[in-house]
Amino acid sequence: MELAQNAAGRMVPAMVNGKPQIPYLGVGKYQPRGRKQAPPIRSNKDYPENGDKRVPDLETALRNCGLRDGMVISNHHHLRDGDRVALMALEAGSRIGVKDLMWFPSASFPSQQGAIELMKKGVIHHIEGSMNGPLGDYCTQGNMRGMGVLRSHGGRWQAIQDGEVHIDIAVIAAPTADAFGNADGSHGKSACGSLGFALADSTYADHVIVVTDNLVPFPCVPWQIQGNNVDYVVEVDSIGDPAKIVSGTTQITRSPDRLRIAEFVARFLRDAGIMKNGFSFQAGAGGIALAFVDYLRRLMKEAGVKARFVRGGSTKYLVELLQDGLTDYILDGQTFDLDGVKSIANDPRHVATSPFTSYNYHGKGSFASMVDAVVLGATEVDVNFNGNVVTHSDGRLLHGIGGWQNCLAAGCTILAVPSFRDRIPVIVDQVTTLTGPGELIDVVVTERGIAINPLRRDLLDAVKGSTLPIRPIQDIKAEVERVCGGKPARPKPGDRPVAVVKWVDGTVLDTVWQVG
Amino acid sequence: MTASTETKSVRSAEAGHWGSEIRSDLHVAIEPRDRGGLDITLESRVAAYYGDSIVAQTRQVLETLGIKHARVSLHDEGALPFVISARVETAAKRAGLALAKKSLPERLPLPQVSARDRLRRSRLYLPGTEPKYFINAALHGPDAIILDLEDSVHHAEKDAARILVRNALRAVDFGGCERMVRINQLPLGLEDLAEIIPEAPDLVLIPKTESPLQVAEVDRMTAELKARSKVDRPIWLMPILESALGIENASAIASATPNVAALTIGLEDYTADMGVVKTPEGRESLYARSRLINAAKAVGIQAIDSVFGDVGDMDGLRRWGENSRALGFEGMGCIHPTQISVIHEAFTPSQAEIEKALKIVAAFEEAQQRGLAVVSLGSKMIDPPVVQRALKLVARARQMGKA
Repeated sequence: MELAQNAAGRMVPAMVNGKPQIPYLGVGKYQPRGRKQAPPIRSNKDYPENGDKRVPDLETALRNCGLRDGMVISNHHHLRDGDRVALMALEAGSRIGVKDLMWFPSASFPSQQGAIELMKKGVIHHIEGSMNGPLGDYCTQGNMRGMGVLRSHGGRWQAIQDGEVHIDIAVIAAPTADAFGNADGSHGKSACGSLGFALADSTYADHVIVVTDNLVPFPCVPWQIQGNNVDYVVEVDSIGDPAKIVSGTTQITRSPDRLRIAEFVARFLRDAGIMKNGFSFQAGAGGIALAFVDYLRRLMKEAGVKARFVRGGSTKYLVELLQDGLTDYILDGQTFDLDGVKSIANDPRHVATSPFTSYNYHGKGSFASMVDAVVLGATEVDVNFNGNVVTHSDGRLLHGIGGWQNCLAAGCTILAVPSFRDRIPVIVDQVTTLTGPGELIDVVVTERGIAINPLRRDLLDAVKGSTLPIRPIQDIKAEVERVCGGKPARPKPGDRPVAVVKWVDGTVLDTVWQVG
Repeated sequence: MTASTETKSVRSAEAGHWGSEIRSDLHVAIEPRDRGGLDITLESRVAAYYGDSIVAQTRQVLETLGIKHARVSLHDEGALPFVISARVETAAKRAGLALAKKSLPERLPLPQVSARDRLRRSRLYLPGTEPKYFINAALHGPDAIILDLEDSVHHAEKDAARILVRNALRAVDFGGCERMVRINQLPLGLEDLAEIIPEAPDLVLIPKTESPLQVAEVDRMTAELKARSKVDRPIWLMPILESALGIENASAIASATPNVAALTIGLEDYTADMGVVKTPEGRESLYARSRLINAAKAVGIQAIDSVFGDVGDMDGLRRWGENSRALGFEGMGCIHPTQISVIHEAFTPSQAEIEKALKIVAAFEEAQQRGLAVVSLGSKMIDPPVVQRALKLVARARQMGKA
């Protein structure tokens, strides 16, 4: 296979799944040209005047959409590990007898490992989307016929919009829908909050199928998916397992080390002067992020400071900020727990966003770069502040990119990580798989101290006089290696690419190599 | 097991823990053999990074222990080197091998010598068989850590804990924390001392102390072991009074040896002994705690309170700590790192107290300079005991970085 070295010094394939690639050129270096993709023009005369687009089952819908070998089928992941619709669609494809589908989920989950069987049977050719757990292992072991393509949430929108991925049929799980195809995620027994990840699919796919277990008479209000984009509506008993769609209560970490990290992050925002009236921040739903929001809330109250907006993944902790008057708005990309779902359904200040508004790099701006501070995780960060979120240190696929890459555009990007996990140091000489360029990562917070990217003189100056343990990243790294009993050996990667990591502009940032 | 190993009372044995819930530990199964050398197998979640190093270390530990032939299987869950050595040594000893030998990890430089009256607001309990809690304990900034060999360690694990704690005293960086060890009740506690005293802990807690004789025995044994292993720095003693009889003998216990630096109380056992219910207000133990404080102060040592058991109740902890300081205690135990900052706040004098004390001290110093016997502040005369209290408070506040 032909490889090229990109601007980050990584070797990347020149062709991926038969399509020529542009190696990563550097942050902001690639200039896209041309026009956006568009779905075919349709006519009202081909759709029922009474708006009733129902068909009896998914198989019929797929047949009516003209499903055939080699097509691209997409799904969203708002139902997370509780989703039943993606496999339902792929298995229907299997019954129809088609082969070589490309499955294009916005993320995959362990409960979807049934896709492995379908790959073995030849129904699915390959997956472009996050893979972890058994699917990740299947891919990293080199068993998938095509190459995996990992994209950020914004990068997925960019790829669809720019025509890198052409979706033949989008199958959209909808917690509530009407027979016309208007659909929403905030109500119904399988409520999941926002359906933002499905918006690109519904807009750009040739065919769109809405699958719901809560069909309401027209109109489904509110609607996030417009029925005018939808070909067919299928009613099923259940689109997912509610217990796995949202967690009942999200739990703050009880690990004293992680609480310490969370407290450091909150104090950093205060001491660096970022936490001030009208500011904004984003934090995910991991244990450290939740604890961080809890600490920050106390500091905001103490200082009498209010945010203009906070960005979700929303949880109870963000909802509390809204209810306590500590933020004017929640701009929500996905909704993680019951408090979040209830809030987005009932509070007009809790707004659903999409990867288009929040993250798409090939647009006229996006919210990500307007956020003052973002708190993210990572599996590895290196002494040049480059980050890895997609693989273990041994190269096995671990996580999707999610919004991680897109969030690096924030005013202050903070990685909140333990200094080691299971004896494996998190700060390394060079990340195994480059997911985020170090020039965009500003601060690394560990339980042993806080390292600020030397490129951010302003931040280094801002925290002068703070009692926080600000230390050079090399210092923390050396200490962790002492604690762990020496530098870990570096497993030798294989020489066959099994997946690529795309940058937010569609260029190829790094390669995932076959392991084991 | 072969006949020949049975005759030498050597047997297969295990030590340590593994499983999906276990972190930073290692399980060792050892099967002694007569020939065939060392056959070491490893399963580890960090095999790709540290597999070779774990096997090499295991081999080296076995060689140090003089074990030439054995089948050893390791299940590692990310254990650090001091844990690996301890688990291998424990398994070997349980197998009846190398009973008189040790495999000691490299020793970090010893921290500063501990002063008898050093700051002891908080002491963080670390169960002696849970290495994962040792590694980052000092980061949370308690004044002391306690490596516990007593109640948090199951009876069947006492040998393992002793070796693990010994290794931790050598190889874990506990930063500025005073390194305390809680031994078991005598006579088991004497075995603990034999293992840990050579590693120069700063202080030994003696549980369930009821008589000065127990303290004297620990003191004598400690002195002997120190001499034998050339430890020439102080190892303080802190008896824990946990019964009605112990409280009755508080005074004699406090003065049992000059090495006693503090008295403390164990309220779970004390209230059980009294047949009363332990309450969050602690009225039932007010007499015992006051008696203990009085006995300690009478001989110029510290009185340290018990622990507050509800990790979720920070307000309750704060109230307990503030009340405790008001009674005369200088610190208390903690069972979770999140309790530390609350305890430190509770045992820190208020800014108003500090400022007042500074004024009194300044007035005192001025009077000294001018050769005046009477100290006065504004229109008030300051009695000598008030001056003494102010001097103590200022000295403490300085240790806490508050004055």
